[in-house]
Amino acid sequence: MKHVDEYRDGELARGVTRRIAAEARKNREYRFMEFCGGHTHAISRYGVEDLLPENIRMIHGPGCPVCVLPIGRIDDAIRLAKRKEVTLCTYGDLMRVPGSNGSSLLKAKADGADIRMVYSTLDAISIAESEPNRQVVFLAVGFETTTPPTALAIRLAQKKNLINFSVFCNHVLTPSAIQAILESCDANDPGAVQIEGFVGPAHVSTVIGMAPYRRFATDFHKPVVIAGFEPLDVIQAILMLVRQINDGRSEIENQYRRAVAEDGNRKALAEIEDIFELRESFEWRGLGEIPFSALRLRDAYAQFDAERRFCVVTQSARDNPACECGAILRGAKRPQDCKLFGVACTPETPMGACMVSSEGSCAAHWAYGRFRRHEQRRAAS
Amino acid sequence: MNKHEPFGRKLDFRNGRVDLSHGSGGRAMARLIADVFHTAFDNDWLRAGNDQSAFDVDAGRMVMTTDGYVVSPLFFPGGDIGRLAVHGTINDIAMAGARPLHMSASFIIEEGFPLADLRRIAESMGEASREAGVPIITGDTKVVERGKADGVFISTACVGVVPSGLELSGDKARPGDVVLLSGSIGDHGVAVMSRRENLAFETAVVSDTAALHDLVARMVDVAGASIRLMRDPTRGGLAATLNEIAHQSRVGVRIEEASIPVKPQVAAACELLGLDPLFVANEGKLVAIVEREAAESVLAAMRAHRLGKDAALVGEIVDDDHCFVQMTTAFGGGRIVDWLSGEQLPRIC
Repeated sequence: MKHVDEYRDGELARGVTRRIAAEARKNREYRFMEFCGGHTHAISRYGVEDLLPENIRMIHGPGCPVCVLPIGRIDDAIRLAKRKEVTLCTYGDLMRVPGSNGSSLLKAKADGADIRMVYSTLDAISIAESEPNRQVVFLAVGFETTTPPTALAIRLAQKKNLINFSVFCNHVLTPSAIQAILESCDANDPGAVQIEGFVGPAHVSTVIGMAPYRRFATDFHKPVVIAGFEPLDVIQAILMLVRQINDGRSEIENQYRRAVAEDGNRKALAEIEDIFELRESFEWRGLGEIPFSALRLRDAYAQFDAERRFCVVTQSARDNPACECGAILRGAKRPQDCKLFGVACTPETPMGACMVSSEGSCAAHWAYGRFRRHEQRRAAS
Repeated sequence: MNKHEPFGRKLDFRNGRVDLSHGSGGRAMARLIADVFHTAFDNDWLRAGNDQSAFDVDAGRMVMTTDGYVVSPLFFPGGDIGRLAVHGTINDIAMAGARPLHMSASFIIEEGFPLADLRRIAESMGEASREAGVPIITGDTKVVERGKADGVFISTACVGVVPSGLELSGDKARPGDVVLLSGSIGDHGVAVMSRRENLAFETAVVSDTAALHDLVARMVDVAGASIRLMRDPTRGGLAATLNEIAHQSRVGVRIEEASIPVKPQVAAACELLGLDPLFVANEGKLVAIVEREAAESVLAAMRAHRLGKDAALVGEIVDDDHCFVQMTTAFGGGRIVDWLSGEQLPRIC
């Protein structure tokens, strides 16, 4: 497949990894976080870790919007869906995410709630148009990548004067989460691993550009290399990070120049700015409350805000206390260090944030990488 | 009533729809069965008009299977629910190395279903069964109220006979055996997906739906008991099939991504939809676990058949207490190929 196969070429990959091996200093460890689930998925699916020298460790970050959606908001969505007048439209990957007491949208659907899986916000608009007697609520989740499509849907609903369409907004912001992770690493947490650099988001950066990451270079002295989601992108970004560390640089570099412009997508950003405003604080599953890390609809668009239309009051709900997702998301622990991993917590019965979506670090390790542990054991015995 | 038309009014295939009277046991039902099913499946057993059909069998081992079909949409590029029902049922028999003999078909039809569509499905089934040489010799018809079914559901059964000395079974894979795949994966799932109402995209992908018993017969001819087992990777795709084999045989499987045929248009559609072809359904492919010594001759026999021309050796069976299916990626790394969690594509067969 043109424009895809080139970025999955094993021969080219071996060339880059040979350079990483040659340039990475043997007397130290390099610890990088790939923030996005898309990168985690690429690393796991293509076996990228097998190609890296042992002293380069990738820490899987919290960049999966399904994973970080807190239980309380899932409960809200389920309550909304159970209202007689409501048709809840959602992306399919949210259906199985567990809420409180073993509930999920999938189970609510089986109980008779009107929940429809859509592939685009525009599908939700079409449903609202064709079924004017239903209150159609779009369950909006995601980072900056999926915010513009939600904005577009609200703008369309406004133009079409759709009074039966609203959005339950759970959009969150990438830079705020990276900052929270860096601050938690600085808080002298004895278990915390110092992250030395970031493989920066791909699709998110096409929207927000490079500027929002600058403070990580200036204030925290951490290099960020924005990278595409193909495996060759990832290892090239790792080589660029190794070079920055070796040179003592902390810069924002753009490996994903074929898609990311310095200023991002100005039109999308203007639309987001017009429709959404910052929440003072928002809960992230596994990371807790993070200030100014999420969006809600501005007053001017209150009529399209499901939270106001249906008076949603979120009640926080706790994860299983044995769940190590918080520590895993900060890089302090690995999936296999969690007592629940692979025992009580599997992709079929996810307990914590990192297992609920295939892009979560625990799910990726379970689905693609768990043989490594057994091979290491076998090699050691 | 005209004596030449004992079942009353003719069916209106242009505008007519199935109604509850077509399942009530009266004249309307007799008419429907005669004009739709008997006409399409036409054979001596059905003409006898009994509630069952009798046939002679040779001494030997028999196999039997049953299957249900609820695919949505009912018509998709390369096939329809009727064709799929015939092929899928025959393939379940063929995977035992057996020769399918006769099959049954039972229809649960939703009130309001267009008669023209029902006839189209029945004709397609009749054609598929004639092509395969496996007559549909008995059946049943039920009509349920509107909203109690989605158009039409078909359930089938089939019996077949296994050549003597052949006992294929999922627990027979042994370390050292090789994994053969009869052709490209993911075609059926992507073809069905391309016709979903809310997911329309132009694609040249057609379902691979096909009856595999003739291909199987050629393989059995050249290799006999050197074939340990066969499976058709339908729902859950190649990944599910290999995991089933690993667990049943208590072995590991190692495959090479680069050796697995995937059509470029299927790869592209999967890329767009976030699917992995390894998990996408097939309806005309088989996986055979074969003794290494017989691999070349089986592969040659497969490639000589039109349904196996792209056959490939894709991996091997290894010793592994954890029963992992592992893959060397085309990128050069390693990963597990796990069971599918949840559903990738609903109602594809």
